[in-house]
Amino acid sequence: MRWWALAPPVRNAPGADDVAGERTARLGPASVSHGSTAHVDPTGWLPAVALLTVLVGGYAATAVRVGVRTGRPWSAHRGAAFAAGALVLAFAVSPGVALVAPDAARAHMVQHVLLGMVAPLGVVLGAPLTLALAALPVRRRRTATALLRTRAVHVVSHPVTAAALHVGGLAALYLTPLYSRALAERWLHDVVLVHVTVAGCLFAWSLVGPERAARGPGPGWRVGVLVVASAAHGSLAKLLYARAPALPPGSPHSGEELRAAAQWMYYAGDVAEVALTVALLATWYRRGARHIGAPAVAGR
Amino acid sequence: MTGPTTDDPQPPDRRRSLLVAGAIGVGLMAAVDEIVFHQILAWHHFYDRSTPEVAVLSDGLLHSVELVLLVAGFFGFADLRRRGALHRSAGWAGLLLGAGAFQLGDGVVDHKVLRVHQVRYDVDLLPYDVAWIGAGVLLLAAGAVVGARAARPERARRR
Repeated sequence: MRWWALAPPVRNAPGADDVAGERTARLGPASVSHGSTAHVDPTGWLPAVALLTVLVGGYAATAVRVGVRTGRPWSAHRGAAFAAGALVLAFAVSPGVALVAPDAARAHMVQHVLLGMVAPLGVVLGAPLTLALAALPVRRRRTATALLRTRAVHVVSHPVTAAALHVGGLAALYLTPLYSRALAERWLHDVVLVHVTVAGCLFAWSLVGPERAARGPGPGWRVGVLVVASAAHGSLAKLLYARAPALPPGSPHSGEELRAAAQWMYYAGDVAEVALTVALLATWYRRGARHIGAPAVAGR
Repeated sequence: MTGPTTDDPQPPDRRRSLLVAGAIGVGLMAAVDEIVFHQILAWHHFYDRSTPEVAVLSDGLLHSVELVLLVAGFFGFADLRRRGALHRSAGWAGLLLGAGAFQLGDGVVDHKVLRVHQVRYDVDLLPYDVAWIGAGVLLLAAGAVVGARAARPERARRR
């Protein structure tokens, strides 16, 4: 049987629930963001509030400085996009996740969706790189720009690479024992969340990053990568649905919880795809272009 | 209006109107299928567990193309309106043809060839398949009729 052969779900062996329960109990405080009782403790919100303050505060202070220096106020739209992205990011690592998700599997999925898909769009549309570059003194700005133009950055920020890191990372998380290891070990859990966030930002940046609009592959490539990445994401969600609770290997969640989480992943992926497509095509529309890859009618 | 506006509007762009509305037609039909049949009636699910693996990937690809088509179609439509180049009857023809093509493709390729899912379970499938595929054929026929009328020069001048 192939790894993704879509057989009917295996029934839990007698006693499997006990093992799962025991594993959940052993997790203890190591899985704060997955716990359902975390919202009782108000100090649990502190890291999220600190993160939000640092991100929005830093962005706003830089925007004001750049505005004063250039004599032109920094775009309010960009600021609003970044603030929205930062708010989502902060919420995703706060105990608030446990309030919107009925169980641990869906709590994880909420984090995955918010950190990997929703927050990156806001953050990227906020053009923090442009802002940071504008705030730098001229000489250091040249160094930073040269760094951004290196081959390494070009390769890593290519939509194909970014999509592979993004969707590939999710495949590695859900199809290997990585998921259950991350539930047991706090540091690994944090590494996974950081990877999801960074890969999500890289993916969004490679497609709709304002700094990349004039560089990198054209709209055809971008739409193509978006379509393939979304299809892979959707198929992964269906696979998780079909093979629950065998996937993710060794997870403590019940099949029902995992199936519900997989459905959230599937539908959220659709919303993310539409949002990215809108952002991508809005750039084209604003430029007043007359054709989307339809050269046959370009001359009319 | 932020787009480039010229004093004399361009002649209606029949071919682009057809293409853009066709993309919207495909996306709309897909949305109807998903919202009405998958979610409201829950006749068939977004996935049923007897589906072969290749079908899951191809269905996923089809689905993500649909979403992009819908968004791209609306942007293209807005662009045509902005330029005053929308050809109305060609647009209607495109919408019907796109919707019909999706319905027929879904009924034949998804349900029958790939067997991703069926229209409904635990019932005699034949009337459902006939209705599903028949609706696609009817939409295509209506689109062809409107399209033929749109191709006539006197209709083109009246838009």
